[in-house]
Amino acid sequence: MTKYLYYPGCSLETNARAYYISLMAICEPLGLDLEEIHDWNCCGATEYVGISLTPAYALISRNLALAAKQANGTRTVVAPCSACYLNLAKADYYMRESPKLGEKVNKALAAGDLHYTPGSLDVRHLLDVIVHDVGLDAVRRAVVRPLSGLRVAPYLGCMVPRPDYEHRWSNPEYPNELDQVLKALGAEVIDFPLKTHCCGGHMTQIGPPVAYELIRRLIHAASEYQADLMATLCPMCQLNIDAYQGEMNHFFGTYYHMPILFFTQLMGLAFGKEPQELGIGKELVDSRLALARIGVEVPEAEAAPAPRRPRKAKEGLPMPRMPEEKELIR
Amino acid sequence: MFATTLETDHHTLPPLPTPPVADLRLLEEVAAATAGVSRLEMCIQCGTCGGSCPSSADMDHTPRQLFAMVRAGMRDEVLRSNTPWICVSCYHCVVRCPQGVHIADVMYTLKSMAIRVKLYADSTAPDFSQTFVDLVENYGRSFEFGLATRHYLKHFPLRLPGMAPKGLGMITRGRMDLTPHRIEGIDKFKAILARAKELEAAS
Repeated sequence: MTKYLYYPGCSLETNARAYYISLMAICEPLGLDLEEIHDWNCCGATEYVGISLTPAYALISRNLALAAKQANGTRTVVAPCSACYLNLAKADYYMRESPKLGEKVNKALAAGDLHYTPGSLDVRHLLDVIVHDVGLDAVRRAVVRPLSGLRVAPYLGCMVPRPDYEHRWSNPEYPNELDQVLKALGAEVIDFPLKTHCCGGHMTQIGPPVAYELIRRLIHAASEYQADLMATLCPMCQLNIDAYQGEMNHFFGTYYHMPILFFTQLMGLAFGKEPQELGIGKELVDSRLALARIGVEVPEAEAAPAPRRPRKAKEGLPMPRMPEEKELIR
Repeated sequence: MFATTLETDHHTLPPLPTPPVADLRLLEEVAAATAGVSRLEMCIQCGTCGGSCPSSADMDHTPRQLFAMVRAGMRDEVLRSNTPWICVSCYHCVVRCPQGVHIADVMYTLKSMAIRVKLYADSTAPDFSQTFVDLVENYGRSFEFGLATRHYLKHFPLRLPGMAPKGLGMITRGRMDLTPHRIEGIDKFKAILARAKELEAAS
């Protein structure tokens, strides 16, 4: 068992509980010993930095300070959430790049009897740890139920491969680490061109049409490649593609059905765990049909919300209408 | 004879336009308020940022245009632009920028500067950020149920009925807590943020 300091982040306690549950289930087969940072706080997501700089970096750095204090035998912090990973990594990097920022943050931390020396911890993403520390061979050895025949679109989103301050990924725009893990599970992995494109992030809350278009591009591409489901490592991506897929369909009058699971859930399935142990069934876009292809039966989800139908007008037969001025050929 | 006419014309020409008042400290100010070293001064106006942006179609100005405006000292136009609010922080431009400008972080700086002087055309995004931050400051953790209800009541009340089945789905699947989680060290946490705010105001 290799020990790591673990920063779960708010999403894993709420909307991405499936990520948390499945990660806990695969720790043992992977030999990961995750020690949660005691009394961690929110990383501020993409919101706090847009309001005020010093408080935002102090908020992030409280977690780094707590982790450094708790560190016994390890100096690696693992975060499974993209935004958390980026914020922790970014704060550490910028405080090294600009010592003035580090001083200011430490003055603030002193008000809570804390201190953090920039550069004293390694902030890493869960996928990085699985690929580079655990290794693909160990993943392959743990597989007892290969996901053969399941077509998976690997989807990383933005904030794990980019900006990549420490050059940990094979490529910031087209990395293949997630593909390799899913292949090691025996899945049929499609070469997904939009694997690091944006899901819209918080735009679902601010300017929904902007987000719907970005969500549509991703789901459309995955469907064109005949993926059975998408696999992600980001709670925000999962939430946008899963929970806003219905509204996106409603907005464009489309009928896409593209389930999205966390890659840890697929790892759990390949390691022989049962769907209930992995939080499968918590997704709003049903994945049962997709999982039936590999012989996994998922019990009926509780109270599935009725999908909203697109507007009537778009379902009806085409009606004659007068051409508009610009359509006339003169 | 021609010469005299020209001379007369010269005297009747309108005066040269006075150049617009430029706020030449703006570039310096934006760079200084950005985390780390922004490298904003290094921009060569190549346009790679706008060409890489997934949401540039909805922006008033592409990042390149906006940076030219920052240099030209067009403070009001820059802070009123919706560009930083449409930026989705995907970092495509950041990794492609040949000059290594921390574009996404500059966008965060411009947001906070616009909030400080209340120069934004649409309050949806600043309100969302503020509500999120208020909840975090209170509990130490984010509180999605509180955030969603407050935000939707204020900005999208008509979307609420359509959201109900989904909200219920999230709750029944254990994906949304109805009560917030407060961290143990909340007092010291608040002290840190209070001190950070003083330091920010002093800078």
